[in-house]
Amino acid sequence: MTQRIPIVENIFSANEQLASENRARLDEAHVFSINIMASPGAGKTSLIENTIKKVSGKLRLAVIDGDIATSLDADRASAAGAIAVQINTGGECHLDAVMVSAALQQLNLYEIDLLIVENVGNLVCPASFQLGTHLSVLIASIPEGDDKPYKYPGMYRGVDALVINKIDLLPYVPFNMDYFKRGVEILNPGVITFPLSCRTGEGMETWLDWVLKLGR
Amino acid sequence: MHELSVTESLLEIALRHAQAAQAKRINTLYLVIGQLSSIVDDSVQFYWDIVTKGTLAEGAQLQFQRIPTEMVCLDCLHRYTPDKEDMACSSCGGIHVKIVAGEEFRLEALDIET
Repeated sequence: MTQRIPIVENIFSANEQLASENRARLDEAHVFSINIMASPGAGKTSLIENTIKKVSGKLRLAVIDGDIATSLDADRASAAGAIAVQINTGGECHLDAVMVSAALQQLNLYEIDLLIVENVGNLVCPASFQLGTHLSVLIASIPEGDDKPYKYPGMYRGVDALVINKIDLLPYVPFNMDYFKRGVEILNPGVITFPLSCRTGEGMETWLDWVLKLGR
Repeated sequence: MHELSVTESLLEIALRHAQAAQAKRINTLYLVIGQLSSIVDDSVQFYWDIVTKGTLAEGAQLQFQRIPTEMVCLDCLHRYTPDKEDMACSSCGGIHVKIVAGEEFRLEALDIET
């Protein structure tokens, strides 16, 4: 006999269930966590490195680094003074809650105030996979161009804060800030924005103040 | 792209419901996918044929229902489907807008044989 059974289940539900378990573990240990997403080369590792250098001594920081291969990013985070765990996704284009759950096992959460998760460089897939972190931060960078919010709406829509990196390059590349911000405003009205340059340090203070508040 | 992992999740959900209903096999899955959800039908289909081998879902058809993006303008309350370039209001040009449909990605029903 053939029959139809109604289901209506979100296909991401298994991931989302595990993400909420990750969140519960972090909350229990009073760890605040942020998921940093961006395209490759936008400056995720540089921003994390600079952040570690400036806040260590004030906050106990750990970094979970997601990459398709190598431990280059975790090495940089660790050299800067944070506890670092590398996840090699083995080809997957994003981190998911399973990978973060495994990485959390490797950390003593009670020795950490702030956990930074560095997602795989990609402007599409990471937006679909919740990890259990408290906030999501997207780094846009000037050389990527001002049309990215229009081309990657899913990513711009789901984040809680937006860093605009490499503002020192504004005089050298065509980038219409008004057009960029209009696209952001459509997708994510009022999102908190941090224009800065990891290279020159301009704008870093405002970002660091924000991070320090999150970790306390 | 991440179609392999989502196809595995899809199979897991389908098998769980089919086993609960004591199905002998799964004939059809009805999927609802919003235009904004960055999922490629052909790619899901490709992985589906691989991951279902030897399961109750082997040979099951995937029916895709695509949901177009729908926006509402919070200034003039106009409802519209944005063109690809720009999501601003197609009537007043306003940017205070909200996505009301197009992000779906769910399994809606299964046809099973018992």
